[in-house]
Amino acid sequence: MTNQDHTPFSLYIHIPFCASICGYCDFNTYTAQQLGGGISQDSFHELLIRELEIASRTLEAPAVSTVFIGGGTPTLIGSDSLTQILRGIEKYFPMNPDVEITTEANPDSVNAQMLTELRQGGFNRISFGMQSVAPAVLATLQRTHTAGASAQAATWAREAGFEHVNLDLIYGTPGETDSDVRDSVNVCIDAGADHVAAYSLIVEPGTAMARAVNSGVLPPPDDDACADRHNIIDTMLQRAGFNWYEVSNWAKPGGQSAHNQVYWSSANWWGVGPGAHSHVNGRRWVNHKHPATYAKAMENIAMENIAMENIAMEKGEALHSDTEELTPEQIHVEKVMLALRTRAGLPVGELDNQELSRAKEFARQGVIDPVEFASGVVRVTDSERLLADRVIRELLG
Amino acid sequence: MSSPRPGSTDPAVVRNFCIIAHIDHGKSTLADRMLQHTGLVDARSMRAQYLDRMDIERERGITIKSQAVRLPYEAPDGKEYILNLIDTPGHVDFTYEVSRSLAACEGAVLLVDAAQGIEAQTLANLYLAMENDMEIIPVLNKIDLPAAQPEKYAAELAHIIGCDPADVLMVSAKTGVGVSELLERIIEKVPAPKGDASAPARALIFDSVYDTYRGVVTYVRVVDGRIGTRDKIEMMSLGTTHELLEVGVISPEPIPSEGLGVGEVGYLITGVKDVRQSRVGDTVTTALRGATESLGGYRDPLPMVFSGLYPLDGSDYPELRDALDKLKLNDAALTYEPETSLALGFGFRCGFLGLLHLEIVRERLEREFNLELISTAPNVVYRVITDAGKEITVTNPSEFPETKLSQIFEPVVRATVLLPSEFVGAVMELCQQRRGVLLGMDYLSEDRVELRYTLPLAEIVFDFFDQLKSRTRGYASLDYEPTGEQEADLVKVDILLHGEAVDAFSAVVHRDKSQAYGVLIVQKLKELIPRQQYEVPIQAAIGARIITRETVRAVRKDVLAKCYGGDISRKRKLLEKQKEGKKRMKMVGSVEVPQEAFIAVLSTSESSSKK
Repeated sequence: MTNQDHTPFSLYIHIPFCASICGYCDFNTYTAQQLGGGISQDSFHELLIRELEIASRTLEAPAVSTVFIGGGTPTLIGSDSLTQILRGIEKYFPMNPDVEITTEANPDSVNAQMLTELRQGGFNRISFGMQSVAPAVLATLQRTHTAGASAQAATWAREAGFEHVNLDLIYGTPGETDSDVRDSVNVCIDAGADHVAAYSLIVEPGTAMARAVNSGVLPPPDDDACADRHNIIDTMLQRAGFNWYEVSNWAKPGGQSAHNQVYWSSANWWGVGPGAHSHVNGRRWVNHKHPATYAKAMENIAMENIAMENIAMEKGEALHSDTEELTPEQIHVEKVMLALRTRAGLPVGELDNQELSRAKEFARQGVIDPVEFASGVVRVTDSERLLADRVIRELLG
Repeated sequence: MSSPRPGSTDPAVVRNFCIIAHIDHGKSTLADRMLQHTGLVDARSMRAQYLDRMDIERERGITIKSQAVRLPYEAPDGKEYILNLIDTPGHVDFTYEVSRSLAACEGAVLLVDAAQGIEAQTLANLYLAMENDMEIIPVLNKIDLPAAQPEKYAAELAHIIGCDPADVLMVSAKTGVGVSELLERIIEKVPAPKGDASAPARALIFDSVYDTYRGVVTYVRVVDGRIGTRDKIEMMSLGTTHELLEVGVISPEPIPSEGLGVGEVGYLITGVKDVRQSRVGDTVTTALRGATESLGGYRDPLPMVFSGLYPLDGSDYPELRDALDKLKLNDAALTYEPETSLALGFGFRCGFLGLLHLEIVRERLEREFNLELISTAPNVVYRVITDAGKEITVTNPSEFPETKLSQIFEPVVRATVLLPSEFVGAVMELCQQRRGVLLGMDYLSEDRVELRYTLPLAEIVFDFFDQLKSRTRGYASLDYEPTGEQEADLVKVDILLHGEAVDAFSAVVHRDKSQAYGVLIVQKLKELIPRQQYEVPIQAAIGARIITRETVRAVRKDVLAKCYGGDISRKRKLLEKQKEGKKRMKMVGSVEVPQEAFIAVLSTSESSSKK
């Protein structure tokens, strides 16, 4: 299998480690204590590089347009290991000249020197999990960093030469006020970030926060408050020169995350690491979740295929806990579902006849922008942005 | 010495009796013990509650249908007797059936739990038996229990029936203590049946049961004359005649005989397939040279409580119809008519004797026919006179006329509550709230009180029993019987969603309570209806007048915050699931109402009658 011509190709690398687990988080990540002795965080990047080799030999080494290292807390394994992963990528894949290389980081797991090393190692974009500057909110979220750490980290990153700095915010946390949100946004603006991702809090099943909400210890997030706060954030960021470009994302001109667009344009990417999701040519798969299971599968594949030039897609399946081959209808549903969340919208030509007539009605009602619709683009109007899921459901019928 | 044969038994050796008892006071266990003591059933083939047939009866420990068993018994004096134990149904809804069972007997064993004392239903049935001049044999059961207070309750029973406390027999049906004394007492005290053997045959139907293989099995007590296998019989109230396929007695399995004579109790099989052809209370005579006068006392079963039954899945409607057709064969009191609800689709408006009857039917439909049902809140029958003098009978609240009514009548019952004296205040308050009128109050013993009230049946149907139990920590017992109707100031409260009335939620309530009812339902719905694209007003109205209003605000946020790598297939699957979920929503006008909301709202006003 090869990466289809002209489809951008990206890599996602998952680092499944955290110093502690935040109460709201359901990501695939583990503390050293949870992992026990079986997995070494120090040499984990070597396993990831092996998967990169498999990916390269399976797809015949397509040119990479974006790289995103996420987690977990990637910075927990240190700048040296992260840089080595980057060298591994360069070893097995050709890189586009304008490749975007991002790593996520926790504000309290970095310092000025580390950020400089990362920048010099080749990273050109960094994303900090800031979440909020309100101490009470950080405490409810069980974040370990202080309110000031995020601004400091962002400043260091700018000083280290990062062109692009993203700050993640979470709003709608029980106990949060509108003014907490304003304070957080102001800090993002002042710290010189060129990208802000603001998510309304989701209480994910199985998390400590879900238990607290179910037992009545914490009230659930309030949808109306979330809607208000989205609007507060949007207004403040627009005023500061950011443009909204997806449900939860804003960027200054030139600051949009190219890697995000890969997900939303149904382009191809290979997810490396435990529990990482991939999408290549209409096939989605997910790697084994637990680092130990993943490591074991990886060893087996590497042993079997060590001498082979090209690896058939099927050989990689030992690494996957789930695979699905998307039907044309499913591909269509995903396309509509992802594009309607974005400022760019969806070309009218993607709609079938029934959807088209529903879209016309939406344009008449002002649910989708009538002017842009006339010029061939289906885009949910700004006022309906927070009801995009309903529009998607009804448009798909 | 062989026992007398059915059909040629001297009435002088026959004793017909029943056991009057509250559920759990040990009637079935005592019956089991009698089967063993008379040698009819040996220990090996004994099973608990031998005479209870339906699963529901055995599980709930109540007898819904009655039965009669013939117990040949050799008394210590050496004489052979025939004891006919006529089982009586043990619930408030079946008072009429109880009265017919009692009419088939000369004596009654009053069985009371020595740890609990007499209960309201037992008392009501006891009064019924005393009115019929039956011989009452008072018995305290469970005397082996540590909590038993035999002296106290013996005094109570003696006070109620006017006998000496020393006459109250002490029994443990569980261990068998006192059972032979009881049998002796029955022979000694219960009068032998009297009847004219040469008169035209007359037999009282006290039960009628549909059997899949045999058709309807009719249980009778012969009063005069004789019914033989070769007779053609006539049902006197219906005027229909049937060939007899079989005559026999239950002892304890069905045994065919050549006939049944004066005072005897047994069964008839004619091949009819519907219990409506063979009605409890009717008189059976022979078609040839039959009696001209019936035994009297026959009454058509009259439904008192109505509820709409709807299949949860609309496509199950034909199955529901078939199931009701089948249940009807064995249930003369069940009535049903097709009904259409805007909210619930196609279903049936069903009439029941009472709440327990409703619950039993519903449970059988769900259990035996695998149907999932929504039932509307139970309501009673209203008689409405319009200004134009036209009379309308309303069995469905949504059809209650709204204007130009000159009079409205609702059914009332005479209710008896037995309770420990410490709860009298709480129960009187409840009865007052429910528009009750106190008829009287008596102390049965130092700390037990009998309260008598006239209450609207509608108030009992609405949650009364649960309230009674919670206010008396479960110690009160209730019995009631219909006593007619009264004029009342009633109004129909409609519930409107987005301005449209939802028929399934309409209720007829007293004007003074209409506000409270409206608020209750409207608030409940506000919690259960998800926020929609538009603001949805929920209102309660009497006619055109809105009495309360809540609003489900329009949804402001309906979008997933994150949609990256793994979220994408999750989100697509969620979309697919939401599409399915939409199918479980009922559209009421433009409002999507989850099925759960219907069930929850309809059950707020549904009283549980598990007694």
